Amino acid sequence: MNLGYLAYRNMVSKPLNLLLSLLLLSLSVSLVTFVLQLNKQLSGQLNKNIAPFDMVVGAKGSPLQLVLSSVLHIDVPTGNIKQKDVVMLHNHPFVEKTVPVSYGDNYKGYRLLGTELEYLSSYNAELKEGRLYQKSFEVVAGNGVATKLGLALGDTFTSSHGLVDGGEGHDDKPYEVVGILKPTGSVVDQLLISNLESVWEAHDHGDGEHSESEEEHHDEDGHEHEEHGHDHEGHEHDDHNHDKEHKHEEHNEDLEITSLLVKFKSPLGMVQLPRFINENTAVQAALPGFEIQRLMGLLGSGAKTINGIALAILLVSGLSIFISLLKTIRERRQELALLRTYGFQTRQLLGLTLLEGLFLAFIGFVIGWLLGRLGIWILSGYLSATYGYTLQLNGPEMIELSLMVIILILAIFAAFMASLSIFKLNVAKTLSNE
Amino acid sequence: MVKTSGLRYAYGDGQEMIFPDIELTPGNHLLIIGPSGIGKTTLLYLMAGLLPPVNGSVAIAGKELNALSRREIDKFRGEQIGLIFQQYHFINSLSVQDNLTLRQSILEDAVDKQRRHQLAERLGLSDHLNKKVTQLSQGQQQRLSIALGLIHKPKVILADEPTSNLDDANCVKVINLLKEEAEICKSSLVIITHDLRVMSHFQNRVEL
Repeated sequence: MNLGYLAYRNMVSKPLNLLLSLLLLSLSVSLVTFVLQLNKQLSGQLNKNIAPFDMVVGAKGSPLQLVLSSVLHIDVPTGNIKQKDVVMLHNHPFVEKTVPVSYGDNYKGYRLLGTELEYLSSYNAELKEGRLYQKSFEVVAGNGVATKLGLALGDTFTSSHGLVDGGEGHDDKPYEVVGILKPTGSVVDQLLISNLESVWEAHDHGDGEHSESEEEHHDEDGHEHEEHGHDHEGHEHDDHNHDKEHKHEEHNEDLEITSLLVKFKSPLGMVQLPRFINENTAVQAALPGFEIQRLMGLLGSGAKTINGIALAILLVSGLSIFISLLKTIRERRQELALLRTYGFQTRQLLGLTLLEGLFLAFIGFVIGWLLGRLGIWILSGYLSATYGYTLQLNGPEMIELSLMVIILILAIFAAFMASLSIFKLNVAKTLSNE
Repeated sequence: MVKTSGLRYAYGDGQEMIFPDIELTPGNHLLIIGPSGIGKTTLLYLMAGLLPPVNGSVAIAGKELNALSRREIDKFRGEQIGLIFQQYHFINSLSVQDNLTLRQSILEDAVDKQRRHQLAERLGLSDHLNKKVTQLSQGQQQRLSIALGLIHKPKVILADEPTSNLDDANCVKVINLLKEEAEICKSSLVIITHDLRVMSHFQNRVEL
């Protein structure tokens, strides 16, 4: 038998002490690791999602909302804009590419996004099976959606109005799944993607919930001709647009999109264009990088607060380990003296206490780490149900291992401080006085 | 086997205790008797190297304890000296078996399982090896205490009032047990007592 076994037996022989120390320690560890993971994964995912585009142009409103809705797809849009409002960007010398997005419908809570194929290539999305959409009401499904909803090639569905499940249905316009994408680890995984015309046409037969500008447009045409006119227009696009997108843009300047995603060719664009757009046009430009940095700054101060609390709990748990070991040593003075008569040296008794402290700290860390991951797992379920974001369950990270080392050092310190009386242990006296 | 000369010990309050010289040849046993409070237990700890004398020397099995370092004394005590206490001391978080194993584990040789089982059987502890020490009866604790004092076959067994808690019948039993085991281990017994019932069983005695 070695001292390790004895330390273990000593530790478990006082289950309530053990429970309290473990509880405090694992609580602080779980808080710290949870916040670290969340922060890291969220900022990682957000950065991946905003990476393909430098600027987003949409209706006036909150720039953060515009970014959240049009790039990250976790908020409602600020409104719609007309194609003609942003036509100046298409061939701007600072601009590398522009991708219009239009949305407003969902299928079982997953967004239907009308866009151009360029959107998929911007996220390096590749087909897992099937093909890309070629005409209206064909969709490719992001990997996450396809898995969650069990979508297969050839499946059809009708969308509902609005961005959350349960809106009014567009029963007459079924979409067909023609392709399923490989996982990208970005927001594309959570989207159903079709061409712009699908979104427009779905709303041609709309139920009066068109955006205001669209209604104005209808008013000009006269109510009686509303459906006819639009239907006709839609078919025209179908004919034209499959091969020549530019034509489509030129022809449909009055049609609406939700926003335009822009990638700059030159950094000068970043400096000049947003200001120009915001000051001189009816639309607003927002920089995803800037907005997300602002958002993470807000989250960061929350994370700092939680880390502060966790640190306080960690210190209390260190204190509790110290007190528990101190109590243990007082209670076991006679046992320690007995071990001395067996021939164990003072330093071995010291080692016994250190081992007990280290066991406690290690087990506390492992439990806390597991709890932290459990928290991530639970939150991931909630996030994926609400926002379509999933969090990974990562193995231990470098910073977490450093945390463990810090905790072990803290435990050694606590155990050593608690053991100081071992040096002064008077064996004869301790064993004689009951 | 045990030899002390000119032993003096100073208590914390300055009171000094002078002990008579003791010499015990191998194969013999010794009683140290005297009224309580005279310093019998102190003498026992001096002989075990657990207290440092102010003056004088202790030699156990031919080894001068004064000449050894603290670490060497610890090691020497673990291997060559067995202690049996008036009050029983065990490691309460361990089972009976583990208490015995722990006592053996300080030895350099591999832990002797056979020795443990034979001893447990002779002392009637075989059926209780997996019990917690706190679950043992008074008599079983007494026998475990003895087992712990001699499981490692020490040269010298130092027993402090081993019979003070026992009735007459058990007193005789324990004395016989100690003598038998000392015989088997070829150990010398040094028994400190003020129990008159023990006197008749031993010839050598030193009075404090």
